[in-house]
Amino acid sequence: MIETLRGQNLLTLDGVSRQALVEVLDTAESFVEVNRRTIKKVPALKGRVVASLFFEESTRTRLSFETAAKRLSADVLSLAVASSSVKKGESLRDTIATIDALGIDAVVLRHQSSGAALQVSRYVPHVRVINAGDGLHQHPTQGLLDAFTVRQVLSERAGTNGVESGAALFEGLRVLIVGDVRHSRVARSDVAAYAALGCEVRVAAPGTLLPTDVENWPVKVVDDFDDALEWADVVGLLRLQRERGSGSFVPSLAEFTATFGLTIERARRLRPTTIVMHPGPMNRGVEIDSRVADLPCAMIGRQVTNGVPIRMAVLYLSVVGSLEGAR
Amino acid sequence: MSAVLLRAGLVVGPESTRVGDVLVVDGSIADVGEGVIAPVGCHVIDASGCWIGPGFVDVHTHLREPGREEAETIESGALAGAVGGYTALVAMPNTEPALDNVALVSYVLDRGARTPLDIAVAGAITQGRRGEHLAPLAEMAALGVRLFTDDGVGVQDPSLMRRALTYARPLGVRLAQHCEDERLAAGGSMNEGALSSRLGLVGRPALAEELMVLRDVELVALTGGALHFMHLSTARSVALVAAARARGLDVSCEVAPHHFTLDESSCEGYDPLFKVHPPLRSLEDVTALRGALARGDVDVVATDHAPHAPELKDLPFDEAPPGMLGLEHAASLTYEALGDEPDPRRFFALLSRAPARVAQLRHADDRVRHSGQGGALEVGEDANLVVFDPGLVWTSRNEDLHSRATNSPYDGRAMTGKVRATVAKGRVLVENGELV
Amino acid sequence: MSSTSERQTPSRDLAFLAKSQLLTSEEVDRALTRMAHEIVEHNAHLDELRLIGLQTGGVAFAQRIASILSDIVGANVTSAFLDVSFYRDDLNRNPMPKSAATTIDRDLTDQSVVLVDDVLFTGRTIRAALNALSDWGRPRTVQLAVMVDRGHRELPIRADYVGKNLPTSREEAIRATLDGVWIGAREPK
Repeated sequence: MIETLRGQNLLTLDGVSRQALVEVLDTAESFVEVNRRTIKKVPALKGRVVASLFFEESTRTRLSFETAAKRLSADVLSLAVASSSVKKGESLRDTIATIDALGIDAVVLRHQSSGAALQVSRYVPHVRVINAGDGLHQHPTQGLLDAFTVRQVLSERAGTNGVESGAALFEGLRVLIVGDVRHSRVARSDVAAYAALGCEVRVAAPGTLLPTDVENWPVKVVDDFDDALEWADVVGLLRLQRERGSGSFVPSLAEFTATFGLTIERARRLRPTTIVMHPGPMNRGVEIDSRVADLPCAMIGRQVTNGVPIRMAVLYLSVVGSLEGAR
Repeated sequence: MSAVLLRAGLVVGPESTRVGDVLVVDGSIADVGEGVIAPVGCHVIDASGCWIGPGFVDVHTHLREPGREEAETIESGALAGAVGGYTALVAMPNTEPALDNVALVSYVLDRGARTPLDIAVAGAITQGRRGEHLAPLAEMAALGVRLFTDDGVGVQDPSLMRRALTYARPLGVRLAQHCEDERLAAGGSMNEGALSSRLGLVGRPALAEELMVLRDVELVALTGGALHFMHLSTARSVALVAAARARGLDVSCEVAPHHFTLDESSCEGYDPLFKVHPPLRSLEDVTALRGALARGDVDVVATDHAPHAPELKDLPFDEAPPGMLGLEHAASLTYEALGDEPDPRRFFALLSRAPARVAQLRHADDRVRHSGQGGALEVGEDANLVVFDPGLVWTSRNEDLHSRATNSPYDGRAMTGKVRATVAKGRVLVENGELV
Repeated sequence: MSSTSERQTPSRDLAFLAKSQLLTSEEVDRALTRMAHEIVEHNAHLDELRLIGLQTGGVAFAQRIASILSDIVGANVTSAFLDVSFYRDDLNRNPMPKSAATTIDRDLTDQSVVLVDDVLFTGRTIRAALNALSDWGRPRTVQLAVMVDRGHRELPIRADYVGKNLPTSREEAIRATLDGVWIGAREPK
């Protein structure tokens, strides 16, 4: 069990304790405040170098991480290594060694292969590795910012502040994750985070989009999606991972939408307090109706906004948080 | 005249064992018994505390030549084999290009003849191993090829497999199958289960293997052909073959050391050293395979020695090529798997006598270009022998490997039992555990 | 606590155990009034004056001084707040500072900044504040007003306006609010 992320790599949320998760959420609160200042910058990572190495393109996540690093006053080395220009078969070890030779403190890595972040961390044990998404495996900062967004919304409604509430607002919270759970690294991170924080997690998906061995996950598979929508306090929608082949696991997108899409009719069945979330980018009209994405219960914009303070918190704790201190 | 005396070991015959010496003169066994007198100038090897038996025969080795010589060559593979106690290796045909014609088979046989071991060749079943058209099996058989496989993949089309079994039958050769249905295996990189789900790796279900085993057992029944099932990895696969044998079908099966030593939990750290097809399975399967070895439900231990250049095992787990080394560890791992009181006859059956039968390399077989392997240790037989020390505890280290490649999953592992000496065609290749 | 932390600025997370009260709230207010007059005396252009209270201890004092100055000059004097948590030089030892709002909203170039804090001790908080201020331009002057100066400086920092000089030993603790000043000890919560 990982008890703190201070000075550690962030490779997965699987096995991270409630205490460690809350520590990140609380740190992120401070950075929300920093992001409200006129000068959205603190010198916490001044003189440190953060490399962002994206083998899988994702402009939005990469920008979010790079903004976070810059707001901590770190120097950012940005390498968007789109997979078409890197031959498959190029050694991960060589790529990371080249960057490491320039002297880096942390690397933010996104890669199409599960386990790539862990493998990279073995090649450069002195560098802090932040997993920005590895294949089907994990997307830890997404799980963290989703939990943070939920806590933020619920604490505003309760009139408390997030830090004071700790993990209390998650206790028994009903979370429904919908869609391509099988191919989704966001699902794995979300389930790990919500379960560790004390939520009750259920999943709704066509049989082919459930992970093999879902019996071993800390979730319950729902029988009736529409009933589950009425049960849920939080509905987390997942993208159909078409680039990972999930399109062939369902007969058609239309059928997927008919059976598991959050259509406007289904959205009307949600309770007034239910929160709708989506990690983005949305397939509007597939897993979520365009109009639903713009309803007040949809927190998608907030998720994006919260990405920066969460990533600042992760970089900060990981790089600064080691007890050794200065390089 | 050259003479070698293996002194004071436990001489292990097919049915019985006795303490004694084995004298080799000019490449043949000249005398076996207690107190054999060594001729003048004879090289004496102390085998006390050791087992003396027929040299090991590997029916499943990847020698990578032609095409991938940076990982292994026929010569380096032969030397690695000798250190592991092997006096004969059957080279797999998934080289580049594949061994699917007379020219390439001759090439490998010629290169193999320059090594001190017997290097036999398994030809491809289909042209280019593409699974579409039969390769010239009869022409290759005329060169002495007795085993055919598309290894690396199985023949996916059942009607083509039926045709292959039917065609091969009158040739007196045996087909061998890598059992995995490609579509069920779904391009996965480890065993399908709770762990693959957690790690986010696409899994290869056990059924992908078992379904093809079931299919091919019935095709053997239908055609009256002969089939050797390669690297079986699950309890159920072995049980299916045992049931087929009981029905009187001409089937045999092999298990690789990694499948009865390592389980899927080794993949937890995404280290491609542990990636192999078929994949490392559950702990239950590993335990069952070890029991099957001791019991006799498994005929052969074959290494599936699969060398890879180091940069290929530095790739992400799903991109790295499957396969691990095995020649230098098979004997120790087999010994350890046979339980608290391993039966030396079972040991040599698995590593030598049964594979010699499957590959038709025995003294009694019609062998073109190869000496007799897997013998009964009787006077007159070709001298392909191994001295195995069951009591020696050692630690495997990658720097000590004789293979050109280093993708061994056993680095740092303590093992019990080691080959002390290897004699191939009467010549001492390995003594005191090292190449001479 | 290990010996390496003796030189560390004591954490504000410890609980304060009062031993005796040194100043009453009236005495605090009189001192603040005197300091406000001193600020007026030393700053010719009050329209360029910027009062900045350091989070969290200096906030109330900055507001009070602003209010007194407003009475003195007959115009509205405001204060802003500055959080210096992420500017500290000991972040690696205490990566989880309690952070609070910074309300400075305009450039401070050519302004006369008066930093306000409750207690001046090692000087590291003020140094962090000076680092933070550099993000806001180049003030013409930066002055420092503190309620209590308790000595034990580790850096060449001094206050321009002091409410009360109180010699203390390192192990003692001082608590200063608008309600009074106490001396005591710090204990783990």
